[in-house]
Amino acid sequence: MRLRRAADAACFMKKDKLQAVEETASNTTAPMIQVEHLVKRYGATYALSDISFEIGAGEIVGLLGPNGAGKSTTMNILTGYLSATEGNASVGGVSILDDPMNAKRLIGYLPEQPPVYPDMTVDEYLSFVYDLKHCTLPREEHLNEIRDVVKLQEVRRRLIRNLSKGYRQRVGIAQALIGDPKVIIFDEPTVGLDPKQILEVRNLIRSLGGKHTVILSTHILAEVQAVCERIVVINHGKIIANERTDELARVIEENAHYVYAICGPQREVLNGLRSVKGVLYCEVRTEREGEAYTYLVETAAGVEPRRAIFRLCAERGWAIVGAAATGGDLESVFIKLVDRANTTESKGARGRKEARK
Amino acid sequence: MIAIYKREMTSYFTTPIGYVFVAIFLAISGALFAATTLFEMTNETGQYFSYMLFMYVLLVPLLTMKSFSEERKTRTEQLLLTAPVSLVGMVMAKFLAAMTLFVGCQGLGALALFILGRYSAVKVGVVLASVLGLLLVGMAFITVGLFVSALTENQLAAAVGTVGILLAFLLISFVNQYINVYWIRFVLNCLSMWSRFQNFLQGTLDLAAIFYYLSVAAVFLFLTVRIYDKRRYN
Repeated sequence: MRLRRAADAACFMKKDKLQAVEETASNTTAPMIQVEHLVKRYGATYALSDISFEIGAGEIVGLLGPNGAGKSTTMNILTGYLSATEGNASVGGVSILDDPMNAKRLIGYLPEQPPVYPDMTVDEYLSFVYDLKHCTLPREEHLNEIRDVVKLQEVRRRLIRNLSKGYRQRVGIAQALIGDPKVIIFDEPTVGLDPKQILEVRNLIRSLGGKHTVILSTHILAEVQAVCERIVVINHGKIIANERTDELARVIEENAHYVYAICGPQREVLNGLRSVKGVLYCEVRTEREGEAYTYLVETAAGVEPRRAIFRLCAERGWAIVGAAATGGDLESVFIKLVDRANTTESKGARGRKEARK
Repeated sequence: MIAIYKREMTSYFTTPIGYVFVAIFLAISGALFAATTLFEMTNETGQYFSYMLFMYVLLVPLLTMKSFSEERKTRTEQLLLTAPVSLVGMVMAKFLAAMTLFVGCQGLGALALFILGRYSAVKVGVVLASVLGLLLVGMAFITVGLFVSALTENQLAAAVGTVGILLAFLLISFVNQYINVYWIRFVLNCLSMWSRFQNFLQGTLDLAAIFYYLSVAAVFLFLTVRIYDKRRYN
């Protein structure tokens, strides 16, 4: 996003304080967001147990996990809405627990449910948030720019009550952008949107990177894959992976799977595929594409069978009408990560029990 | 804080609640005034002010029931609590907004007293003291209402709870005479909002009572802040 005056324009009330904050924030060696050994306990249940991660300035990071994993809790602590039982979290070098007022000035937050007042018009609401955040950017220009960016111009005089879910979500996003904060936190920003809106929101978030540090939580894998540079995977209040998006799949050693649609006599094709070097397993799947049968081919990790399969089919005159690699996608990686974490956990528990004996 | 105050004020009048409050307040005030003074051919205002005080038990919850509970229900409190605004600022903004509307209504209602003054020699001191007393009690009531509203996300529960607590504060005086244990009677009497109000009706500016009402207000505002503070830890 091109919020031009951005970083150098003062958006806060007290200039001296602001400068101090900005200086720490622009210190490139320090990470923009630092979470250290964060624990959040509700009675006996741990919503978060010992979470630590760092996010550099300008990064777009996805917080990924199943429902109830602790994503929202982490975000709520980072924004100062909740307090932590133990540990520390700082934004731009300012601790959110010790100096919440100054830390909050650096953050724009879109909670899971957009915090909009149904009895206000879009313009009234944005103006209210502008005042609430003590923003000092030129009011009309700044709000206009934001309305442009999130495409709210045509509904600006309508009551939020009468807006659709998609528009309300956009108002929520607009609200988070007011004051041009250094850190923007989105909790499940695309929930309840239609496919076109989802794409728009993703593009918007991607465009925020570089200038803003963005954290985004989701349980949709395609989303992080499309938008984020790095993924932090949380399950049961623990971090089970913290990797660059493109490396996450490689983290887990696994057999590769391919799905082929090939026209030809089923049994011969199957036998042919099984004879290809490196293929561990092959089966016919139930889907058919016209006269083509679909085959699932499994190979060991690191083996490349596709060229050999192509040559085989070319020799025999079978047409390959479809081919896709599966298994390397985040869906399965994620399930594996969660499983792996669960098994190590239960192994650990067993180990401790045995040790006690 | 100013932003929240402004939003609260507009919200009173973009939702029906502000109009309903003003209308009911003025209707009740007017009717009571007419019934207790004009129709009785008297310029004694004591009865009017006493009745008004009891009406506050029903009126104040209208004003305060949605202050915090609504924000909690619609999750808009997340916006307020993650904005660079202190908890004290947030609570004070809501308190001042409710006070503004309340004092405004009280002011409009008090216009009726000029009618009385036009046709008879009212004791100005007594009337002024009574109005001041009403304002102080109303302020204390509003803080109780805000406190209860912060406890729940259900507006109805907030309203009913407020009515209950306010009634208790007033009825202590009437129940008190049936209690034979001296120290219980003494303690309850200390808490009574009603008995302290009587001094104002006589035209006395009772400093202890003024201090008492201000303290009640301060305590409940403090408790409201504490509720929000505590919720962050749970």
